[in-house]
Amino acid sequence: MGELYNKDEVEKIRKHIDKWESDVVPQWLKRVPERSNNFTTLSGIPIKRVYTPADLNNFDYEEKLGLPGEYPFTRGIHATMYRARLWTMRMFSGYGGPEETNRRLKFLIEHGETGLSLAFDYPTLVGVDPDDPMAEGEVGIVGVSVPTVVDMEVVFNGIDMGSVTTNMTINPPAPVLLSFYVAVAEKQGVPYNKIGGTTQNDPLKEFIAQKSYVFPPEPAVKVAMDLIEWSVKNLPLWNPISISGYHIREAGATAVQELAFTLADGIEYVRQLKARGLDVDEFAPRLSFFFDAHINFFEETAKFRAARRMWAKIMRDWFGAKKPRSWWLRFHTQTAGVSLTAQQPWNNIVRTAIEALAAVLGGTQSLHTNSFDEPFRVPSEFAAKIALRTQQIIAYETGVADTIDPLAGSYYVEWLTDQIEEEAWKYIDRIERMGGMLEAVKKGFPQREVADAAYRFQKDVEDGRRFIVGVNIFVENEVEDIRKVPLLEFDQKGIEERQRKRIAQVRSSRDQQRWSRALDELRKAAERGDNIMPYVLQAVKAYATLGEIMNTLKEVYGTYVEPPIY
Amino acid sequence: MSLNNSELAVLLDKARRGDLRATGKLLTIMEDPYRLPPEFFDMVASQAGRAHVIGVTGIPGAGKSTLISRLIPELRRRGARVAVIAIDPTSPISGGALLGDRLRMQDHAMDPGVFIRSVSTRGLKGGLSLAALSMIELFDALGYEKILVETVGVGQAEVDIMSAAHTILVVTMPGVGDDVQALKAGVMEIGDIYVLNKSDLPDAQKAYEYLSFALDKGELGSYDSGWTPKLFKVSAVMGQGMAELADAIDEHASYIRSIGLARLKVASRRLTLIRLMSERMLTVAVEEEFKRVKAELEAKALKAKGILAEASEVARRACKNLDNLPPT
Amino acid sequence: MSSPQYIEERPFKVIVAKIGLDGHDRGAKVIARALKDAGFEVVYTGIRQTPEQVARAAVEEDADVIGISILSGAHIHHIQRLMEKLKEMGADDIPVVVGGTIPVIDVDKLKELGVKDVFLPGESLRRITDVIRTLAEERRRKVRLL
Ligand SMILES: Nc1nc2c(ncn2[C@@H]2O[C@H](COP(=O)(O)OP(=O)(O)OP(=O)(O)O)[C@@H](O)[C@H]2O)c(=O)[nH]1
Ligand SMILES: [Mg+2]
Repeated sequence: MGELYNKDEVEKIRKHIDKWESDVVPQWLKRVPERSNNFTTLSGIPIKRVYTPADLNNFDYEEKLGLPGEYPFTRGIHATMYRARLWTMRMFSGYGGPEETNRRLKFLIEHGETGLSLAFDYPTLVGVDPDDPMAEGEVGIVGVSVPTVVDMEVVFNGIDMGSVTTNMTINPPAPVLLSFYVAVAEKQGVPYNKIGGTTQNDPLKEFIAQKSYVFPPEPAVKVAMDLIEWSVKNLPLWNPISISGYHIREAGATAVQELAFTLADGIEYVRQLKARGLDVDEFAPRLSFFFDAHINFFEETAKFRAARRMWAKIMRDWFGAKKPRSWWLRFHTQTAGVSLTAQQPWNNIVRTAIEALAAVLGGTQSLHTNSFDEPFRVPSEFAAKIALRTQQIIAYETGVADTIDPLAGSYYVEWLTDQIEEEAWKYIDRIERMGGMLEAVKKGFPQREVADAAYRFQKDVEDGRRFIVGVNIFVENEVEDIRKVPLLEFDQKGIEERQRKRIAQVRSSRDQQRWSRALDELRKAAERGDNIMPYVLQAVKAYATLGEIMNTLKEVYGTYVEPPIY
Repeated sequence: MSLNNSELAVLLDKARRGDLRATGKLLTIMEDPYRLPPEFFDMVASQAGRAHVIGVTGIPGAGKSTLISRLIPELRRRGARVAVIAIDPTSPISGGALLGDRLRMQDHAMDPGVFIRSVSTRGLKGGLSLAALSMIELFDALGYEKILVETVGVGQAEVDIMSAAHTILVVTMPGVGDDVQALKAGVMEIGDIYVLNKSDLPDAQKAYEYLSFALDKGELGSYDSGWTPKLFKVSAVMGQGMAELADAIDEHASYIRSIGLARLKVASRRLTLIRLMSERMLTVAVEEEFKRVKAELEAKALKAKGILAEASEVARRACKNLDNLPPT
Repeated sequence: MSSPQYIEERPFKVIVAKIGLDGHDRGAKVIARALKDAGFEVVYTGIRQTPEQVARAAVEEDADVIGISILSGAHIHHIQRLMEKLKEMGADDIPVVVGGTIPVIDVDKLKELGVKDVFLPGESLRRITDVIRTLAEERRRKVRLL
């Protein structure tokens, strides 16, 4: 029924292959044996010599693929895809203090960018103030330091927050940073229904991979759901969560694990939100995803196609979402940071280009390409520009964006898409049997799977089963060359000092009573189990700092320490 | 590294004066008493005997390390210097080990009154217990008033180590199925204090009721000393229940002191040490002797001649050889 | 006093620690595991450690080698502090190695601070375990009681 290939034809092909394998191939093998007797994808899926229609047994075109913009969206979520609008080239960037970032944002806006993306420094990411001993030496290095509403005001000084959207890569302190943003927007006179952007706000992957967790799993998920619920009701343009496989992959997961764990995280969040009495079609269109584009080209493209098909099914069939928009898996992609090497760093430009191509052929909505100098430091302008140009070359020169889902119908790609989907469902089944991802995370299941995969991969590289150019094949001794890589330089110590001074000033000039009352009310709200968002916003407006708010919440929720999983 | 008494004495003196580096090095030396000059061991032991040794045991993942970490500030507040010996298993294949307990006890780096040391199961039989008992002597001699020893499970090593403890804390958690069943794995009767940790979890109350019931029926805990075992519901991650628990630990300490048991325990741990040490020496002597005559025995073994007789012969000669063996 | 040869030598003890606020523990964990498989006793301290904590752990554990992983870019600052702390505690004889996202110019600076070796992304596990083993052996040979 609905099968793509005629049974008799397939039978003929099958016979042909048998004959080819027994008569033709051996002669060739005798002359030159194959490079490996066990070809596999990075996820370990065995790869055959050649694929034919015989590998697409019972392939029902309409059920598996359909057309772009139609269920199950395997071919893309929009009917016109890149023929209408290219993917968004969203380059995540930032370092230093609010002043530096403000200048940077203005520069980007002058050059026509309206989709801003803020990278925060580590102290901000884990909710620590710049004058905390833990922050020493870390302020402003990997992103901007924003510990108070005053800092956020500086970041957006002279920028109309009603006419830009801002992506904030922030997790446990997401309620605080969103409140900073909202408070400053309000001050600028921007109404809530004009405030647009994204908070990453994906707590489960923090435990699996990114490790910028603060609270234990249960309260961490609770806080994230508070933000989503509040945002759905108050900020119609805000994307309150970006469900992220990227970090899971970077921590060593396979493509299958990345896909399965990310969707399982998504499933958990949908359940949590439904349990709060929200209507699935009210929030589902606001969920977005974030994946890695790794170097194993076809596997990556297949992963993206499988992801769309699976999520559409989950939303429609498991959760009964009615709106087609609720079935969409919209996603941002970043090329694989871990695939970059310190050895022969220029090769990273090539790696990133291939990975970016896989993301585009996989139908991503937006893309960040890494810079070749990232094994050493936050990108220099020079390196970041090449990374952006890489996307532009793909978009404007190669022609790959001119037709939709061009790899569809490749026997290999369709087979691989099916395989990845099948393997991912197996993981999702296991996680479901554990009671969902929150339970699985508490048991350390995905953590262990990822640690094992990371170790396996490293062993494969060590033993020469996997090759990395410049690392275990075509190695050169090129320390002198690496020295020539121009790196970003800035006065980190000076910025740290400035940030400490500013926060001290905020602390001394605020209305102490109003401040302590706000924190007190926040604590009580958290103890009661109320949605904390309104209280965080109130505390932010009373000039409570990021660290103070997080510490207040830690007193109620506790602090997470990871169990030893290797 | 050779060990001579005068150097060791200087090191001990430094350690007593608060040099943590010296303490760390001495622990390494004490870990293997086999290499130790016997007089030095006596020197250490002669300064020991006052510390309160607390065994913390229970199923893997019950939260023992977290609990210890949260208990430390409570004990510190009461003025005690605290030492922790955290015991982790060794990989049987590589001999390597991942020592993970320390991961949860990192909050005390600024406090000179806390010392945490990990030990992993050593190859030779009894090696681990020997190491732990010997290290207890050192910590005790250095004036650590509370010595907490974390062990997992219920092997012979744990039984030996627990014989040195004045107070035994058995830690469990909700949701391990039939709770008493889970406890039964050998620790049913040894606890002076039972700790139901993770009381922040949903089924904690049920588990607590179950355990109190078992305790009331006398199914749980050690009654040998006349002490009535206690049960506490705590949450280590939230730091809840720590003061009450510390009170109970102190109360138990006073109790055993009042009935003279505290001193007996010190004797008992040294007796265990003597037994383990002599076992160890015998093992070594037997191995040595066995290796010497192995080739010869091979032929006999094949001919099925005097198999058992040879065993006693080896043992006898090994004992004789002991006279020539270090330590002397 | 010489010990009979059949007494196993105590395995090497290595502290594997992440200093700073970044959570990228993939490398640290893979190395911890590789060291364990190679017969080392590994004390893994977890993420977000301070230099004080690591120095203290090394002293308390009487470690043979300290391995630090930093991917936050703050390596110079943290390692400087670590070396100071070790010195303060009389433990600067314990060799320190560092891995992470580190520019080559900083490799020189780290070595000037006394770091024995620096491992960049892509470094082979075999070399890392070999270097650590060699450093541990060297230290055992040289170690003094006082
Ligand atoms: N919910 C909750 N979790 C806890 C509590 N105490 C510890 N845990 C968690 O339980 C897990 C194990 O904690 P550990 O302290 O390592 O347990 P352990 O008994 O020392 O474990 P082993 O040494 O491996 O046997 C960790 O994930 C802790 O965070 C608690 O009071 N409540
Ligand atoms: Mg433990």
